Amino acid sequence: MESLYAITTGVLTACGLYLTLRGRTFPVVVGLTLLSYAVNLFLFSMGGLTTNGAAIVDGVADYADPLPQALVLTAIVIGFAMTAFVVILAMRARSEAGNDHVDGRKREVGEERP
Amino acid sequence: MTLLWIALLPLLGVVVPALSAGRGRRDCSLATAVLPAIALLLTLSQLPALAAGEALRFSVDWVPALGLDLAFRLDGLSLLFNLLIVGIGLLILLYAHYYLSPEEPFGRFYAYLILFMASMVGIVMSDNLLLLWLFWELTGISSFLLIGFWSRRSDARKGARMALTVTGAGGLALLAGFLLLGDMTGSFDMNVVLASGDIILADPRYPVMLVLVLLGAFTKSAQFPFQFWLPHAMAAPTPVSAYLHSATMVKAGIFLMARLHPAIAGSEAWSVIVSLIGMTTMLYGAWFALIKTDLKAILAFSTVSHLGLITVLLGIGSPMAVLAALFHILNHATFKAALFMGAGIIDHETGTRELGRLGDLRRAMPVTALLMSLAAAAMAGVPLFNGFLSKEMFFTETLATPVLGGLSWLLPLLATLGGILSVGYSLRLVHAVFFKPARETLPKSPHEPPRLMRAPVELLVGLCVLVGLFPAALATGVLDMATRAVLGEPLDFHLAIWHGINLPLLMSLVALVAGVASYLLHAQLLRLIKSFRPVDARLVFEAALQRLGRYAETGVARFEGGSLQRYMSLLLLAALAMGGLGLVGMPVLTGEQGNQPLDGILILGAALLIFGGIGTVATHRHRLVSLLMLSVVGLVVSLTFARFSAPDLALTQLSVEVVTMILLMLALFFLPQKTPRESSPMRNLRDVGLAGALGMVVASLNYAVLTRDNAAISGFFLDNSVPGGGGHNVVNVILVDFRGFDTLGEITVLALAGLAIFKLLNRLRLFMPHSDGEGRVWSPDRYPAILTSISMALLPLALLVSAFIFLRGHNLPGGGFIAGLITAVALILLYMARGVEWTQRRLDFPYQPVAVAGVGIATLTGLGSWLFGRPFLTSAFGHFHLPLLGEFELATAMLFDLGVYLAVVGATLMILANLGKVTTPHRPAKEPVAETERTRPLKEPARPRKEPARPHEEPTPPHKEKA
Repeated sequence: MESLYAITTGVLTACGLYLTLRGRTFPVVVGLTLLSYAVNLFLFSMGGLTTNGAAIVDGVADYADPLPQALVLTAIVIGFAMTAFVVILAMRARSEAGNDHVDGRKREVGEERP
Repeated sequence: MTLLWIALLPLLGVVVPALSAGRGRRDCSLATAVLPAIALLLTLSQLPALAAGEALRFSVDWVPALGLDLAFRLDGLSLLFNLLIVGIGLLILLYAHYYLSPEEPFGRFYAYLILFMASMVGIVMSDNLLLLWLFWELTGISSFLLIGFWSRRSDARKGARMALTVTGAGGLALLAGFLLLGDMTGSFDMNVVLASGDIILADPRYPVMLVLVLLGAFTKSAQFPFQFWLPHAMAAPTPVSAYLHSATMVKAGIFLMARLHPAIAGSEAWSVIVSLIGMTTMLYGAWFALIKTDLKAILAFSTVSHLGLITVLLGIGSPMAVLAALFHILNHATFKAALFMGAGIIDHETGTRELGRLGDLRRAMPVTALLMSLAAAAMAGVPLFNGFLSKEMFFTETLATPVLGGLSWLLPLLATLGGILSVGYSLRLVHAVFFKPARETLPKSPHEPPRLMRAPVELLVGLCVLVGLFPAALATGVLDMATRAVLGEPLDFHLAIWHGINLPLLMSLVALVAGVASYLLHAQLLRLIKSFRPVDARLVFEAALQRLGRYAETGVARFEGGSLQRYMSLLLLAALAMGGLGLVGMPVLTGEQGNQPLDGILILGAALLIFGGIGTVATHRHRLVSLLMLSVVGLVVSLTFARFSAPDLALTQLSVEVVTMILLMLALFFLPQKTPRESSPMRNLRDVGLAGALGMVVASLNYAVLTRDNAAISGFFLDNSVPGGGGHNVVNVILVDFRGFDTLGEITVLALAGLAIFKLLNRLRLFMPHSDGEGRVWSPDRYPAILTSISMALLPLALLVSAFIFLRGHNLPGGGFIAGLITAVALILLYMARGVEWTQRRLDFPYQPVAVAGVGIATLTGLGSWLFGRPFLTSAFGHFHLPLLGEFELATAMLFDLGVYLAVVGATLMILANLGKVTTPHRPAKEPVAETERTRPLKEPARPRKEPARPHEEPTPPHKEKA
């Protein structure tokens, strides 16, 4: 189970990173989202993988580690805020530069025009 | 305490001229002089204690963590320099009073001058290396201000910049050296450092430290090869040159070498480096003093030369050499300051400093001529003047020293050469200015300066003569104390004019005769010089700076080419190297805990995740498809959380997934639908390799952690959640209570992101396609009936659920984050189903205040605990009984959670609703009326290839349900 989990995290990381290396904004945003899934899974697993653990403290012994959960919970929400910020930055960049290249280069000959 | 006052009074004096500048020049000058004068008297009042041979010390902690104390000491060395600094400083003040023209901002000038004086006093009195360094830098800054005082002149600005660059760079080296010293001795305390000479000499880092400290001293004291800044600093007003560049600042490096003499001298490296550099500097300066034609330039180079002489003596380092060095410091300060002030008087009265234009001034200015001649005689080392005494001692020491081993005989030879040159330039100075017939008429008709402007010169020249005549009576006392401070023990010496006929006397005579001859042959000398191409140090320096700038630019351009892809790949490479190295260093990947068993559901989930991830990449050129693949990953991730006993996370991930997808679809609507092929196959291969390698590193890392025992700190939270936080849902209690401060920071970031997006959407010019990526026009069915009615019915239900989730959050899975997201999703559904117009009419309030209120409530909750004398964000809870509802728990953490809830709702809607409104009149814009023309939606050109343009079709603003 652990090896499968680790492999999945690795594949998601690789996919996310490949997309962040692309030259257009939208794939980069998608890549970042994918990467944040991978990172969240990675962080979450730092407390170990608990099956059928208790969700609340109620006298039972077997709990899932709550600390990574709390950290990942906020990370998910912040991740959304950051994705939103980046994607709107991408829209803004397209409107200013006339294209959606990540380097924000100004319009060149033959590029799309508004 | 007196020591503190001696150091502080000049510093306080900096504000005096600024305050009294309005009261006229005379009052301002007088007022400025008061505090330094008191400091001088206080210094003198300590003489009895100093004569007893002890160093007075005073110390208060300043920044103990750094080892920086406000520690001052007064010993013979500090006394000698203090007398020079404050005494000559006061004379300079008097001189400057007459020198500056009435229009110049004298208040500012005095303030700079006193600041400089204060920092010099600080240097010589510091009893802590770091404090010394602080004052050292302060002299650099104040001298920069003083050199550049005439800031409208280009040469003044350049000279100031050069001095600051060179001495500032040296200052940094000095700091590094001091840090090393502090590390070797374990303290920055001067007494400790001075007492640990043996430890320092034995330390393997000694050579590095020595070079660094000497770099600081040599740059400050204009030693070769850093001498070039000093002549260019002569662009300063003459009082500054007289003060900084003869008597004080350039002596700071010398002072440092003398101060640290017990600690860092005494090695062969010290002797060889210091004496050789000093000798080179001495000859270099003397040579240029002989051939320059500007009065101040001659003095500047002669200063360089004399500093070199003192440096040689410190390098030789024998007790008598130290004595000679200190004596020459004193003598040089008196005659050189007098000469500078005399040069200033000549400049002031005739309007020029060029030797070629001056001449025959002895008729117009007989007294000045006499004074300058006497001072120049002291500089040349003519018997019966103070300069003769120390120069004679210098010759004696060069004869006696074995510093250069078998080559030591060179030193007296070179010293004599220096003596010859010095006689030559001194003679030339006096003769050309006062005695040689004038060639042309001067810009002003010269006459004697005001009585009081000449007074400082008279005083200093008087000292030169008196010390020259009665050295034993006048100089022994202070020199005795100063040498004792440097050497640590009393030195038995006797200053005398006549030592009998011996080799040093012979050297002096040779220097005198040959010096006169060198001046007589000056015309031939100048012809010889002219055959060389002159090198302007300033041009060389500026060129070097510009070259450095260009190198830096090329270097930066190499790394920072403006390509994000390049940065990303470099960043990832670095991460790969770090992570890879860490893994390589690990003996075995699998930890002591084995794998848990697999089941079918797990395999299916993993397969779906991998499929989704790879699918997202594979289809990334078709952005909509790629997005759908991404949502598969998101959903399975939330299921994964649920599978591994994290219901809170599953709920959060699910709702965030919904808003993220809506957001990305909405954004995609305004962006190109497809990604063009741009990267070369090579680039793609590289990226695949890089991403794949990092993926493997992450997977290995994850596996390594997962198979090891994770003894975490979570036990504390599990144990204290109920008794301390009053909640059974530990995750929620951590969020709103244990780690509440983190959460507060996070919702603040969330609200900030929302506000930033709001701002970014302002006046955004958009590309709006009227068809999708395949060229199909949008469906005319704007608000599907089913969705409309369902969303209406769902809204109250969803709000109810979110209220439920919120309320139970403390004890069961749920909480402010999740509830907020659910509310946001319900409202967004309404926007999508009914359109912005319809929703806006019913929900007519901006979301920014909601988010801000959320952060505000959370902060206030935290602050509230202060009212009860508890630390920030301490929570309280209690159980209450209400009729009908029964037992009931209330916690302040819930109020905090309410803040979280509001912040999440506000920020999410701020982002999504504002983005949705972009196409409508409700879009965020500052000046909606004036902007209508410019912000009209812009159309993307239709794609003629697939869909012929339809001129009759009104491009309806598409709506969010299309996304």
